[in-house]
Amino acid sequence: MSILVNKNTRVITQGITGKSGGFHTKLCQEYAKTFVGGVTPGKGGQTELGLPVYDTVSDAKKQTEANASMIFVPPPFAADAILEAIDAGIELIVCITEGIPVMDMTKVYKKLKLSNSRLIGPNCPGIITPGECKIGIMPGYIHKPGKIGIISKSGTLTYEAVHQTTAAGLGQSTCVGIGGDPIIGTKYIELLDMFEKDDQTEGMIVIGEIGGDAEIKAAEHIKKHITKPVAAFIAGQTAPAGKRMGHAGAIVSGGKGTAAEKMAALEEAGVAVAVSPADIGKAIASKLS
Amino acid sequence: MNIHEYQAKEVFRRFGVPVPEGYLAHSPTEAEFAMRRISGDVAVVKAQVHAGGRGKGGGVKLVKTYEECREQTEKMIGMTLVTPQTGAEGKLVRKVYIEAGCDIAHEYYLALLLDRESAKIVVMASTEGGMDIEEVAENTPEKIVKAYVDPSDGLQGYQVRKLQFGLGLKDKKTKKGFQKLLGSLINMFIKLDYSLLEINPLVLTGAGDWLALDGKMNFDDNALYRHKEIAAMRDYQEEDAREVEASKFGLSYIGLDGNIGCMVNGAGLAMATMDIIKKGGGEPANFLDVGGGATEAAVTNAFRILLSDKQVKAIFVNIFGGIMQCDIIANGIVGASKQLGIEVPVVVRLEGTNVEKGKEIIANSGLKLIPATNMEDGARKVVEAAGLT
Repeated sequence: MSILVNKNTRVITQGITGKSGGFHTKLCQEYAKTFVGGVTPGKGGQTELGLPVYDTVSDAKKQTEANASMIFVPPPFAADAILEAIDAGIELIVCITEGIPVMDMTKVYKKLKLSNSRLIGPNCPGIITPGECKIGIMPGYIHKPGKIGIISKSGTLTYEAVHQTTAAGLGQSTCVGIGGDPIIGTKYIELLDMFEKDDQTEGMIVIGEIGGDAEIKAAEHIKKHITKPVAAFIAGQTAPAGKRMGHAGAIVSGGKGTAAEKMAALEEAGVAVAVSPADIGKAIASKLS
Repeated sequence: MNIHEYQAKEVFRRFGVPVPEGYLAHSPTEAEFAMRRISGDVAVVKAQVHAGGRGKGGGVKLVKTYEECREQTEKMIGMTLVTPQTGAEGKLVRKVYIEAGCDIAHEYYLALLLDRESAKIVVMASTEGGMDIEEVAENTPEKIVKAYVDPSDGLQGYQVRKLQFGLGLKDKKTKKGFQKLLGSLINMFIKLDYSLLEINPLVLTGAGDWLALDGKMNFDDNALYRHKEIAAMRDYQEEDAREVEASKFGLSYIGLDGNIGCMVNGAGLAMATMDIIKKGGGEPANFLDVGGGATEAAVTNAFRILLSDKQVKAIFVNIFGGIMQCDIIANGIVGASKQLGIEVPVVVRLEGTNVEKGKEIIANSGLKLIPATNMEDGARKVVEAAGLT
């Protein structure tokens, strides 16, 4: 097993005719043939990358029986695209777009809570179950089917963790990039619970960064509810306070949200915390043995 | 994006939030004229810089005569104001705001910000106005009242009441004024895409009127495209010149004090790269995320910005390509080396999308670049190349 996506997932790309949307749909499709169509308003009836294009998400769902969507729509229109996918009843919505206004996301968040859809991201690399389904921008070849579940706020740092677990021969069950924005669809805790229940997953890696308190909440949850081994890395140990480090959510303000505080909370919860980003693989390996 | 107090007060006026009368001044003469326009015989000269805690650094002065107003302005303009928020280097004062003094009965604290957890606007209010709110939160958290407002529902009556009770407001006129004030603030917060809107202090006058004596405003950068009038308020002089330069090319750069330049894709990996350099005995000179959509030209400009920092002794390029393709970075490095004549050692670690193409470009370039097999190896090599081990 794995979580959220597998070889039977049926994916459409919203924004398939755009440059990035097209490029990455092609790479995803080369990795695993789980894509069944795309949506670009006004281009319905065309074919892109051998896939049928529809004007609306509901059309696409009706015709293809898609249950997942990958969103590559530009920031001013991305929240609208997510709302459209929710309305069409898409079960899993993965939004790659970076730079969506936070106020737009408050609307999305509310609608999401009242629906059966799950949103991953925005501003994230996506989700992958190695060998079965890739929805996102991660380089496929570094992954290997295996037993580690990875949850991360960062894109490229996730690739580091994946690379290291592959090198250590552990492989991954599913890797989820949750995104670095202040408001995101799926948080650490929900994914920790899914990995806890997943047979294939034997251990988990949590990758966080400065800003907010999601990692602290995750630590409290791990302490109470997670029995499988967990390793973690928190980026931004050397980041200065008051400066936004790239991600909209990555800022230490008022002395809160520091890496030190998060690392301490995770350690307190029995998590193996890697001080160096080069030791993430080793940290989980030591927990498993 | 941050704006100045005088700009914040313009925005307040537009949305019906009461503020004292005031005018911007760039010289003692302008300051005097500003004070003459103000009704009443007391004014406050306030330094306009993007930093809080101005009063503590001598950036806020009460004046009673035109002569005093000129003198204080003379002193303030051109001074380097050091406050708890500016760091030791301080901020150069270029303009002042001359504001009417007011009859203060009580000072409150009021702030609106976006709460990540609930995706709602949290209104925080306290009777301890004028104080450092972080200290209040630390020592007497019970003195802060909160209400969570859903942006799509707007402000509700029970939320207003909760805050009114929490602040101990009893007078009918005062309560009514507070409700109106809150309505205006929520409205502007949603309309203008704020990430923070803080009034400290919010004043209740002897006559029972509310006045926003200060205004700290922070806007969501991602939404500035739909608020041209706010975007136009950006004061580049208040920002780090290199950060401004970098943002023109879609790069996210933050200058630090070290001597190892970093060029990385992705914010998390960029932070982690700084961390591993530090762990290896070096000091990062910067945070630099080239992002996912960087072009060769952006990479060249990234190098130009890194090299403009004369402290930089070596550069570490750490790329794990996902959306970013390694060959684009490689071409950018080669282009930059030819164009800029890079003299410091450059350690390059490439992994991810199109890595083979990227490595080939580097190998065929004839440049003396130091390849690294992974980020730990790269960090070790760059610290060594900088002559720090």
